[in-house]
Amino acid sequence: MAAVILPFERPVAELIDKVRKLRALAASDPRFEPELARLEEKTNRLARELFADLSAIQKVQLSRHANRPYTLDYVKRLFTDWVELKGDRRYAEDAAVIGGLAKFHGRSVVVIGHQKGRGTKENLKRNFGMPHPEGYRKAIRLYEMADRFGLPILTFIDTPGAYPGIGAEERGQSEAIGAALGAMARASVPIVATIIGEGGSGGALALGVANRVLVMEFACYSVITPEGCAAILWKDGSRADEAAAQLKITAPDLLQLGVVDAIVEEPTGGAHQDHDDAAVRLDRALWSTLTSLDELRDEELVEDRYRRFRALGAYLA
Amino acid sequence: MVWPEKNALSLDASEKQSIGAGVFRLCDGCGQTLDAAALAAAFEVCPECGQHHRLSAEGWRRLMLDGGELSAWDAHLMPGDPLRFSDGKGYKDRVRAAQRKSGSDEAVEIGRGRIAGRAIGYGAFVFDFMGGSMGSVVGEKIARLFERAGEEELPVVLLSASGGARMQEGILSLMQMAKCVAALERFRKKRLPFVSVLRHPTTGGVAASFAFLGDVNIAEPKALIGFAGPRVIENTIRQTLPQGFQRAEFLLDHGMVDAILSRREMKEHIAALLGHLADGARRRA
Ligand SMILES: [Zn+2]
Repeated sequence: MAAVILPFERPVAELIDKVRKLRALAASDPRFEPELARLEEKTNRLARELFADLSAIQKVQLSRHANRPYTLDYVKRLFTDWVELKGDRRYAEDAAVIGGLAKFHGRSVVVIGHQKGRGTKENLKRNFGMPHPEGYRKAIRLYEMADRFGLPILTFIDTPGAYPGIGAEERGQSEAIGAALGAMARASVPIVATIIGEGGSGGALALGVANRVLVMEFACYSVITPEGCAAILWKDGSRADEAAAQLKITAPDLLQLGVVDAIVEEPTGGAHQDHDDAAVRLDRALWSTLTSLDELRDEELVEDRYRRFRALGAYLA
Repeated sequence: MVWPEKNALSLDASEKQSIGAGVFRLCDGCGQTLDAAALAAAFEVCPECGQHHRLSAEGWRRLMLDGGELSAWDAHLMPGDPLRFSDGKGYKDRVRAAQRKSGSDEAVEIGRGRIAGRAIGYGAFVFDFMGGSMGSVVGEKIARLFERAGEEELPVVLLSASGGARMQEGILSLMQMAKCVAALERFRKKRLPFVSVLRHPTTGGVAASFAFLGDVNIAEPKALIGFAGPRVIENTIRQTLPQGFQRAEFLLDHGMVDAILSRREMKEHIAALLGHLADGARRRA
């Protein structure tokens, strides 16, 4: 994977790279260890400082980072016995949404996630993680399968949004998303959703009607892209930075608004710097969240989810 | 006390004052000059070409409900400003301006009414209020519509017309989609009918939540209905969209709605539908 470095993360990314090289040296020669410890300390400090002050649009850029772990990168690291399931049984297979069965800490679960591609060829296959109706109908099939067989559902959200195209409209993109929301709402099994990168509007929410929603530290979740919002408000997509700040789409904002239940801290410099470490952190959060739902049974899970979403919103009564 | 904005009562671009002859309007469909009072009496349907012009919330009540009577539910809910959103003008100011323009407090009204004698839970979007956009109040009211209709064992008839989620309430407006559909799922468990009417235009978060989940979906003639707006699609695929794309007739052809009904036949048709669906429930009980 070619390393992509965003301008604002360069100082940290370069230090992380030095740490990596020094670590390799220290592995064969212990004399490098004090220097390694010093450099690691410095790197962590700088990263903490720099990343504490990131603007909303910079976090958006991190959430879309080309090196960020995607759903399959987590699947590989979090689960065993992965069996992918394909197709919506109606029209086509949509590779922008992946689904399957897997073991999580020995427990069988249904996994569904948006899937972006790396490189042009895979991105074309994955449609840049933008599903057609078939992707949502595959998800619905798997939500219903999980419900029938009593399997918890773990979803991974990472999409710019549902694809806006002619075929997508012809085949009922709206209906597919609405029906996915319904299938999630009525599933009588635990559902935990994690926003791992971009949470783009209704196309993201179709994987997001969960009992608990986690968000990675530099992931975002928004009703509209900052670019789209700026284009509508000011007819000027270049004011996306202002729109990003207004829309309150970063992890701390989402936590404060009650839209997510917990933030999963990312490795130094962001999840893209260390996929293994990011996966370990998510594993821990996901397992404790899933087991926290163990006391709830069938209809209680549906009720719990209902109350969670029923309470979201701000109005004067 | 809300004072009318300057020019708040100005007429549509198509309206023309003609001295000594009352108000005339040009039809958006055929361009004919029509008597405004006659057009209003025909629920904004052109007698020449059948073009459906925008109908007010009050007009919809008169068209759909016996005696035009709605006993409103939860009309007191008012929008907050959870993000303190400002695009140069604050969200609160935008809301006040929308209230003045539309004469409604929010973008949907709900309540109990009757269709051909049958009590129903009724909801209608007010497109003039910020494009019928769905924020927290709209989401809350639609959730309450399904909840209360469920408790009172009423069928629901919901008339949508919305540009989608309300940007100024950010992610909370997205969450309303999940809230409304979850409430609809509970309502469906009671085996009560939901008739969804898709008016012009119904797009974005309203289309992609409950609007297509009716037991029966009905569209207005030529209504624009879809997930993504045509301009967004054009910018994405970089080609011109085919004639009639995302219009009601296109949706009928693609199996997404059961019927396209003109306003002249809408109430009668829905009354007949509700009669059929209730007959099954009566026999089972
Ligand atoms: Zn006409």
